[in-house]
Amino acid sequence: MTTQLAARQGTYRATFDQLQQNPGVDAFRALRARGFARFSEVGFPTTRLESWRFTNVSPVTQRQFAIPAPTDLEPSVISAFELNGVEGPQVVCVDGRYSPHLSRVGELPVGVELGSMADLLVTKPKVVAQYLAQLARFDDPAASFTALNTGLLQDGLVVRIPDDTVLETPVHLLFVSTGGNDVMSHPRTLVVAGTNSQVRLVESYTGVSDAAYLTNAVTEVFVGDGAVVDHYKLLRESVEAFHIASMHLSLGRSATFSSNAITLGGAIVRNEVMAELRGEGGECTLNGLYLVDGTRLVDNHTTILHAKPHCDSHELYKGILDNQSRAVFNGKIIVARDAQKTDAKQTNKALLLSEEAQINTKPELEIFADDVKCTHGATIGQLDSDALFYLRSRGLDLEQARDVLIHAFASDVVDRIAITPIREQLDAVLLQQLPASRHASFATA
Amino acid sequence: MLTVKNLHARIGDREILKGVDLTVKTGEVHAIMGPNGSGKSTLANVLAGREDYEVTDGTVTYEGKNLLEMDPEDRARDGVFLAFQYPVEIPGVNNAYLLKAALNEIRKHRGESELDAMDFMTLVKERMKVLDIDTGLLNRPVNDGFSGGEKKRNEIFQMVVLEPKLAIMDETDSGLDIDALKVVSKGVNTLRSPDCSTIIVTHYQRLLNYIVPDFVHVLFDGRIVKSGDKELALELEEKGYKWIGSDIQAQVGA
Repeated sequence: MTTQLAARQGTYRATFDQLQQNPGVDAFRALRARGFARFSEVGFPTTRLESWRFTNVSPVTQRQFAIPAPTDLEPSVISAFELNGVEGPQVVCVDGRYSPHLSRVGELPVGVELGSMADLLVTKPKVVAQYLAQLARFDDPAASFTALNTGLLQDGLVVRIPDDTVLETPVHLLFVSTGGNDVMSHPRTLVVAGTNSQVRLVESYTGVSDAAYLTNAVTEVFVGDGAVVDHYKLLRESVEAFHIASMHLSLGRSATFSSNAITLGGAIVRNEVMAELRGEGGECTLNGLYLVDGTRLVDNHTTILHAKPHCDSHELYKGILDNQSRAVFNGKIIVARDAQKTDAKQTNKALLLSEEAQINTKPELEIFADDVKCTHGATIGQLDSDALFYLRSRGLDLEQARDVLIHAFASDVVDRIAITPIREQLDAVLLQQLPASRHASFATA
Repeated sequence: MLTVKNLHARIGDREILKGVDLTVKTGEVHAIMGPNGSGKSTLANVLAGREDYEVTDGTVTYEGKNLLEMDPEDRARDGVFLAFQYPVEIPGVNNAYLLKAALNEIRKHRGESELDAMDFMTLVKERMKVLDIDTGLLNRPVNDGFSGGEKKRNEIFQMVVLEPKLAIMDETDSGLDIDALKVVSKGVNTLRSPDCSTIIVTHYQRLLNYIVPDFVHVLFDGRIVKSGDKELALELEEKGYKWIGSDIQAQVGA
């Protein structure tokens, strides 16, 4: 067993050693050492861990992934993944490396930082050092992908909004994998929103090929007191790719954070969100929509900790499963003893379009306060036959009726996307993705 | 236009229609009345093509075609419309969207050009005035959050837009107050023409004061046992359905 572990760590150790041996100032060195030490100790998560019980990552552990050599991409290659119709800065990473020539930052309000973490560590070390890796813990063996991401950290993206600053235009963080089989990247993002600041953020993950590459992403978001962060995650990875991601949030007093995650690709996807409401009056909204077909698997794991009183959290996750696909939803809500007047609501719905599709879903509630409202609900079902008949009785054929109902199922999550061009593009992509009119291209309309 | 011969249908193990015979000519309005459990809704749903019901015997010919072999959408595209007794709610599907899609499918089938958004809205607004329906209804999800009366009016509104050749109304009047009843009847009467027919399935005679039928049939225990004109409806109202029961027994006994 130990030998196998060591063998699997082959390319990872080689990559780590190479990074550590690099001469010159390297602010990440100590952090990498800690991360990689932990990853070496525990290895990749197995299904014996409760939180990975239904998500078998052996297709990942069986391969030897390596970070590719720096590659240049033509702007035309990524144009399909840009947010057409949305004005605002766009920062692009290719295989996890910041690409200045594909990015456009433009003029930013005073004090706003947007760009490479490595660069910022040199010019404004305090901004990054104060926050980096403070939230993304990896002591838990279940967090070994986070340990690995930290262990191979070379660079990342930073979005920093100073106090009392509103960034009017949404920021697009676009992570592109040049893919090739067995290529990996470990995107790392740090978002710091100061007191009373406001920002809208779109994190996109995509690949230029249909290969089996690995994206292991870690995002940390600090939402200052009174700040408003509106976050979107668009996952349009290759259907053969492996995407393991964790997002770690910390909300201050009266802070507001909302996230809409749309998952449209990946052979195995794990979206983990860990949120801490550490100040009174905070509000956290997590919405997700995922489409799985073939033999793909999408796993959404959320943990929301209500540490202080008077905080609200809302979750709405919806999945559309077809063929022999699988989904996992696990929503954990922890209410600390002092967190009175907590209002937590969790809803998880899955639409099964085939006999073999399967979802494993579990809410977990750990409530230590006594004056709280916590509701959770899950529904798993097929298309309503009465509704299908109604639509057919009006002249829509069976396929059209199915498409309409599937689209309707997805629409309440899609409708929550406040950035209109994104919502419209997503709507168009969804229509292309529907079972009746499926095709492999993820390019937006 | 429609000939139903010896129609038998069941749901699960229960036989509900036990030999229905009915002929509806183009331009006619037929009312089908009967006590609860007689099979009125079953008949309406079988004609519309609901697959929960199994037809075990008999034939249904619509415009020379075998209706029972047609998929529900083909019946709809050929001009059959069922106004449901309990219209289902479909959140996330916009009323206007459904109606435009349905209308264009029917027009396509007839070899007519499809309507674009603007032409569709013009047509729809015109029809809405007739039915005294709030235009806000168009943007709401189909039947979602509608009261019972609103759902029934939405059915008739759809009917008025789609202009079917054979309209089947399944207990549209149940649960409607007098004002709603008048509006619904107005809608149905505007569609009345020598080119189309209507089958009104109803428990009460009241609606028939506003939509005067050419023929009235009584469905009892899965069969049409009595037919007449609008006077029959009045007689039923006066004497009740028990009269039919004893009438049949008397005939059988004799």
